Amino acid sequence: MPDPSQTPKLQLVDVHKSFGPKRVLAGVNLDVMPGESLVIIGGSGTGKSVTLKCMLGILKPEKGQVLIDGAPLAEVDSEAFLNDFGMLFQGGALFDSLTVWQNVAFRLRRKPFSLSKKEARERAIAKLARVGLGAETADLFPAELSGGMQKRVGLARAIATDPHVIFFDEPTAGLDPIMAGVINDLIRELVTEMGATAVTITHDMTTVRTVADDVAMLHDGLVRWHGPVADMDTATDPYLDQFIHGRATGPIAAIR
Amino acid sequence: MNLATFVIGFLASIGRSVLALLTATGRVALFTLETLSHAVRPPYYPGEFGKQMLTIGYFSLPVVGMTALFTGAALALQIKAGGGQVASEQLVPSVVAIGIVRELGPVLAGLMVAGRISSAIAAEIGTMRVTEQIDALTTLSTDPLKYLVLPRVLASLVALPLLVAVANVIGIMGGYLIAVGTFGFNPGAYIKNTLDYIDTVSVVSSLVKAGTFGFILGLMGCYHGYNSGRGALGVGQATTNAVVSSSILILAANYALTQAFF
Ligand SMILES: Nc1ncnc2c1ncn2[C@@H]1O[C@H](COP(=O)(O)OP(=O)(O)OP(=O)(O)O)[C@@H](O)[C@H]1O
Ligand SMILES: [Mg+2]
Repeated sequence: MPDPSQTPKLQLVDVHKSFGPKRVLAGVNLDVMPGESLVIIGGSGTGKSVTLKCMLGILKPEKGQVLIDGAPLAEVDSEAFLNDFGMLFQGGALFDSLTVWQNVAFRLRRKPFSLSKKEARERAIAKLARVGLGAETADLFPAELSGGMQKRVGLARAIATDPHVIFFDEPTAGLDPIMAGVINDLIRELVTEMGATAVTITHDMTTVRTVADDVAMLHDGLVRWHGPVADMDTATDPYLDQFIHGRATGPIAAIR
Repeated sequence: MNLATFVIGFLASIGRSVLALLTATGRVALFTLETLSHAVRPPYYPGEFGKQMLTIGYFSLPVVGMTALFTGAALALQIKAGGGQVASEQLVPSVVAIGIVRELGPVLAGLMVAGRISSAIAAEIGTMRVTEQIDALTTLSTDPLKYLVLPRVLASLVALPLLVAVANVIGIMGGYLIAVGTFGFNPGAYIKNTLDYIDTVSVVSSLVKAGTFGFILGLMGCYHGYNSGRGALGVGQATTNAVVSSSILILAANYALTQAFF
């Protein structure tokens, strides 16, 4: 369990983000402690992916601050931060001009890791095995894989260098239940065994229960509920309640 | 609507276009400077540069070669039609040589490669943008400008002069084939006349133009792809913008360079 006296690893303070007239984040506050696994849930289109991108500085908030280890994003040595960071994108975001193993080993071949081609390939194949993909996929191109396989290659790429901060955007979407179970266990393992700080976005309640220490629910541009996963079922928030039980009726409109 | 509101509306629309143009120019300038700044800061990606040289240079040879061949041949036909047999023996080789080397070689090669490469670059980088591959590069500690843009811009800058050198030779050959084959001109005299008329400034201007056009088409492909809108529509738009803007800029640059050289 994270220690509350520590500085949060990642912190969003009153983050606002709009696209043109469309307001997506309207003052999001979120803390992620070192070694904590935070799961973000929320309706489709509520800005979960946008939240992750704001944390990374890929998207610039109009207002509010992103802090990493207590320091504003602009002052952080992004080189050092990114070298210990991995991210699985919602769509996989594999480089389609490179083969599967080259995708996974992309960072391993570069500074500061600088592995030889042979070592990098071996490491890539080992990571592919961890996400349930055999060595025969290594030389295929991403376009030759199914959607779920692409997702898992993206996951293997995110964890290739054993980073300590990892973002997973819907890691189990499009996977069969068995494979989803494998991936959930893998994420949990990264957090408990390697002490990684993880932020996971998911719609899958099994993933929430397996992976999360803390759960945050986004709704209408704000963090609607944030607390330990153990408190989720007894929480009285009607929005959270409707969401985790998947009811069509409740405070969250079905048309958004 | 009375006249005053109409005039004001019209002026406002002009003002908006001018502002839009200035903004776009500023954006392109910033993009260019940032890209070029990576040329003096390691790491470098020579492998990417090599790959691009192959696609942009080598694989454009057939298109550029065919264009030059037919243009040289057509030019010879036109000049012959304009002059008599005797005058033509002198006129055809000289005008073909000068026309191809100074103008048609670089301009046509530039436009053909703009159509072929600028669009392909915009589509590739645009697709990478909309499928989050560019964001993924950033999270993998790789600067997309350094890894994607710089190699493409440099490769087009280097490849175009090489392509144009080849295009010039093939274009002159096109004229030669018609002159010697169809008109029955003396081959030795044709070649001698050609060489007499090609001077250093023609060759240098040809290659400088080529390099400039290469830089323009590489840059425009990258710029529009990099700033592509979302979805397939965005990528399609980026591709069109890349071809249109690089073609127009190539023609404008050609005018400016011709003015500067001659
Ligand atoms: N680059 C962008 N330009 C314009 N609008 C965007 C952009 N990225 C996201 N949006 C908008 O922001 C909103 C939130 O998007 P986001 O991708 O964060 O949703 P999400 O919560 O991840 O949804 P899902 O669960 O479906 O992935 C959406 O309405 C989307 O249209
Ligand atoms: Mg999303």
